[in-house]
Amino acid sequence: MTPGTPSQTAGPFFGAALPFPGGGDLAPAGHPEAVVLHGYVLDGEGAPVPEALLEFWQPAPDGSRAGAPGSLRRDGVTFTGFARVATRGDGHYALRTLPPGGVPYLAVCLHLRGLQRHLFTRAYLAAPADDPLLAAVPEERRATLLAVREPDGHRAYRFDVRLRGPGETVFLTM
Amino acid sequence: MTPLGTLPPPPPYLGIPQRRPQQPPLSLLCDPDAVELTGPVFGPADVDPADADLTRQHPGEPIGERITVAGRVTDRRGRPVRGQLVELWQANAAGRYAHPDDRHPAPLDPNFTGAGRCLTDDEGRYRFVTIRPGAYPLDGRSDVWRPAHLHFSLFGTAFAQRLVTQMYFPGDPLLAHDSIAHAVPEPAALARLVAAYDPALNVPGHALGHRWDIVLDGPAATWTEGSHR
Repeated sequence: MTPGTPSQTAGPFFGAALPFPGGGDLAPAGHPEAVVLHGYVLDGEGAPVPEALLEFWQPAPDGSRAGAPGSLRRDGVTFTGFARVATRGDGHYALRTLPPGGVPYLAVCLHLRGLQRHLFTRAYLAAPADDPLLAAVPEERRATLLAVREPDGHRAYRFDVRLRGPGETVFLTM
Repeated sequence: MTPLGTLPPPPPYLGIPQRRPQQPPLSLLCDPDAVELTGPVFGPADVDPADADLTRQHPGEPIGERITVAGRVTDRRGRPVRGQLVELWQANAAGRYAHPDDRHPAPLDPNFTGAGRCLTDDEGRYRFVTIRPGAYPLDGRSDVWRPAHLHFSLFGTAFAQRLVTQMYFPGDPLLAHDSIAHAVPEPAALARLVAAYDPALNVPGHALGHRWDIVLDGPAATWTEGSHR
């Protein structure tokens, strides 16, 4: 097989090219089942990481993994399964989506300055006992993959990414 | 004087230490039904054909040597990656990004933003028209200069094939000194980041042609066929 093209750091300047308007508006506007997933990207010293780019890929609510075009110029109706959001200066990101069908998680790809290669992780909205990936994670680190339902009435989940140190998020490799 | 080609490689780029995970990543092989084996799709709704020509995004023409960059995106088995999104960003001809954090005191070009995108065709081919970017000093002021390069972002048929990388230009003397390029330790692998001059891709009288083929790694190639949905 042909060897793959190597990865290189995304550098500091992708923020003018990769983010697009409506990148985090995965749920059609006004959809009653919409949930908000939000949180902070934090470095090994607990400092927020600005201009980190988070990409999300997930099945549609009916479980379809076929996706649909139109993420970059959303029509307000189609559920494409793909979102891209950048953190602000305080390291915070947010997207609005519909709960995935068939699996309890969103796949996450994280790009940021200062990494040679992007990072993969997952944001779980629920933690079923028979999930094969969660079962493979040491129990003391499992919580790093679990989004926490916000206590107020909104359908919102908090998912922080800790790049290093205590509470380091479980990252995935293929 | 050290002859060219025998210079010791620069120390490889290690990134920002406090952002580098310490724990080894967990393999997704434990999950044969992983969502990461599928990926987002894109189409004409996402990309305007004009997005692939970075020299025509403003009323005037940008300064610089016009180039085309084209090639094929395949997986490791050589299968074309069809209809997928390819994104490009770069500095202008003077080595300056149109980004507020770029402190390099080289001129901005009002006719060049330096961002483009296109979709691969049924053979996995992509093509951009742009200008050759300038070299620039790291951190905008040091004596360490980055070779001219284009940043690329690619999607495969699986989310796990996601690739962000950089393309370099053939014969660039700065490449031998570049820590970021040398984060790829094997010379053969680094060579796969360097485009080739290809006169067949020239636009006569207008642009110099460069060929750069991209091979996406990941589960589509390395996982058994039986694990695919």
